[in-house]
Amino acid sequence: MTSTPGLARRRTLAAVMSAVLVLGAVACGGDDGGDDQGLAQAGATGVDDGSELTLWTRAPLEKQAKLLVEAYNAGHRNRVELTVVPNDDYVAKVGAAAGSGSLPDLFAADVVYVPNWVSQGLFRDLTTNIDGLDFKEAVNKGHLAAGTRDGREHVLPFVLDLSMLFWNKKLFTEAGLDPDKAPASLAEYAAAAKAVQAIGRDGVYGTATGLNCGGCLAFTWFPSIWAAGGEVLGADGATSDLAGDTAQQVFRTWADLWRSGAVLPSSAGETGPTWTAAFTEGKVGLMFYPATLLSSTPFDVGVAGIPGPDGGASTFVGGDGIGVSKDSRKSAQAWNFLNWMMSEQAQVEVLAKNRDVVSRADLANNRYAAQDPRLVTINQLAGRGDTPVALNFQQAFNAPGSPWLALVRSQVLQGGGDIRKQNDQITAVLKQ
Amino acid sequence: MQTTAPGRRGSRLLGWLYAAPTAVFVVALFVVPLLLVLKMAASRWPLLAGDQGLNAPDNLTRAVSHRLFHDSVVFTVKYTLLATVLLIALGLGMALLVQESSRWNNLLRASFLIPSALGLASASLLFYVLYSPYASPFAPLMRRLDLTFLGSPNAALLSTVFLVVWRYAGFYMVLMLVGLQSIPADVFEAARADGAGRWQIFRRVTLPLLRPTLALATVLCVTGSLLAFEQFYLLTKGGPDNSTVTVVQLIYLIAFQGQNDLGVAAALSVLVLLALVLLNALQLRAFRPEEH
Repeated sequence: MTSTPGLARRRTLAAVMSAVLVLGAVACGGDDGGDDQGLAQAGATGVDDGSELTLWTRAPLEKQAKLLVEAYNAGHRNRVELTVVPNDDYVAKVGAAAGSGSLPDLFAADVVYVPNWVSQGLFRDLTTNIDGLDFKEAVNKGHLAAGTRDGREHVLPFVLDLSMLFWNKKLFTEAGLDPDKAPASLAEYAAAAKAVQAIGRDGVYGTATGLNCGGCLAFTWFPSIWAAGGEVLGADGATSDLAGDTAQQVFRTWADLWRSGAVLPSSAGETGPTWTAAFTEGKVGLMFYPATLLSSTPFDVGVAGIPGPDGGASTFVGGDGIGVSKDSRKSAQAWNFLNWMMSEQAQVEVLAKNRDVVSRADLANNRYAAQDPRLVTINQLAGRGDTPVALNFQQAFNAPGSPWLALVRSQVLQGGGDIRKQNDQITAVLKQ
Repeated sequence: MQTTAPGRRGSRLLGWLYAAPTAVFVVALFVVPLLLVLKMAASRWPLLAGDQGLNAPDNLTRAVSHRLFHDSVVFTVKYTLLATVLLIALGLGMALLVQESSRWNNLLRASFLIPSALGLASASLLFYVLYSPYASPFAPLMRRLDLTFLGSPNAALLSTVFLVVWRYAGFYMVLMLVGLQSIPADVFEAARADGAGRWQIFRRVTLPLLRPTLALATVLCVTGSLLAFEQFYLLTKGGPDNSTVTVVQLIYLIAFQGQNDLGVAAALSVLVLLALVLLNALQLRAFRPEEH
């Protein structure tokens, strides 16, 4: 509150104004975008002539991005310079750079923001180049679709992050559950959570989630609706379908779990930073959890798709898409990186080797996955999962205090409220 | 005469030269950004697309009709009242407590002041961990008592106010101490000689003579509280259920977290600026020394 008020006021103004200054400078600079011919002349593999390329990504994908960039730099004359930006600052940083025409050659975007950024013209049209890939049919559909506008493709999958059902085998055994069998429906999931809770050990809980984190909830609860054949958004991404029967069933299951005390109590206020921590420490029985964390989960876990209320399985195909920015002057060289990134060499020998998900369905059964059947489960589900496409996804779902959060918190924590009205609130934001 | 004229002109030039660096900074860091914000507030200005031309007064109407606008104003005022009353009262109380210089009082003064050495963001992070039902050292206790620091709207407000009081009470104590020590001792002696009691002295002598200090402290505190951001951004992110969204947080939310509309955010900033100027003017007037 009260550092000297002058300072505080100036700081607030400065926050907005520094952005203004940057943008103001741009307005004068005029629109001198990148090289428009580069991509057309790039050919199938692009140009590798020893150029310096810049690449931005956000912190949660730092590990995968570093591996990819190091492997590329080791085998090419081009050099990619990687910049990792804190998650919460990424939109602001890209926004300022987009306004001032200083975007890097390549940048990744949370796949749920991709439709909006594509429609704002931040990415180059890669249709010809992507159509030239002879394995195009195998490239993850969700990510490709998110980056497609008016039939033109702009984005390739950079790192896939899937939401999966993880369970702690040791706690399952203690609770008298079969440690090798995944709960087949949301009802079984709830029963398993209550069984783990019934062990009654201090600090051990049945399940956990991020009830004050819109992104976490969309990432882990939408698949339950998809698994039952339902939809969360209307066809054009401008309406919300979250008041349907399946959705209500999902919310009721969670409301019941919450009342029963089988959910980690701190989940109620969890805004995201520590939403997976308790599971990673082995204190939670089972949880919908990001697949990218498989390699850093130190104990024996089972992995399955996220079930619907009565069975089925689906996943939220999240993670980041990547494309060539509107400001790049080395788009032919940038395509060289993207083309290599999609190759079997990068997908298998870099991503799969690190136990990450591959972006190509035809490589799902690679030699590293063969050593760990859980990876095959994840890779195969990637092709059947879903990625919601909506221009205002961030504001409707991810933003703190979004109408989606209001709906979930009212339905689950308070166990009621007019769900149609709450759903209309989401639609109102999606339509803006 | 003839020799003084060029001398005076020279000193005038010298005066301008002395003032120039400050003037340059004021223009570059305050006037220019202010004009830019005003322009932004009157323009359609999406974060990702940049300036799209004038659209006044659309931004203003959209800022005022934002679904969180009303709640955030009410909450900010509520928080400001609570924080100001507590900080001024505690600051004054602590200052009276440690007014006389003795070894124990020096120790007390130092311990009251130590939290002020910590940045607000660092302090907020510290309390984020202390309040966390998961990572806090008090977590077992919180579980047993079924207690939550940030889980309900009132708890979140009080927990944040506690952090702010912890962080700033020492600062206001120092302000009050300076004010108290500027009151001449003989005034108190005279009052005591006239047979005034402690309470009478406080009411009739200390408070009136402390008026300028109180004015300064209140202006600082009210302004700072109305612009509250870091503590809520770090501790609550506006939650639970949007119950702790302050106006500045709303500006940030509109600019960078979803709506991504710098125009509406700038319009809201301008409103806040106007409200602050008005409020500060009123406060200074209210604390003006009484005319005799």
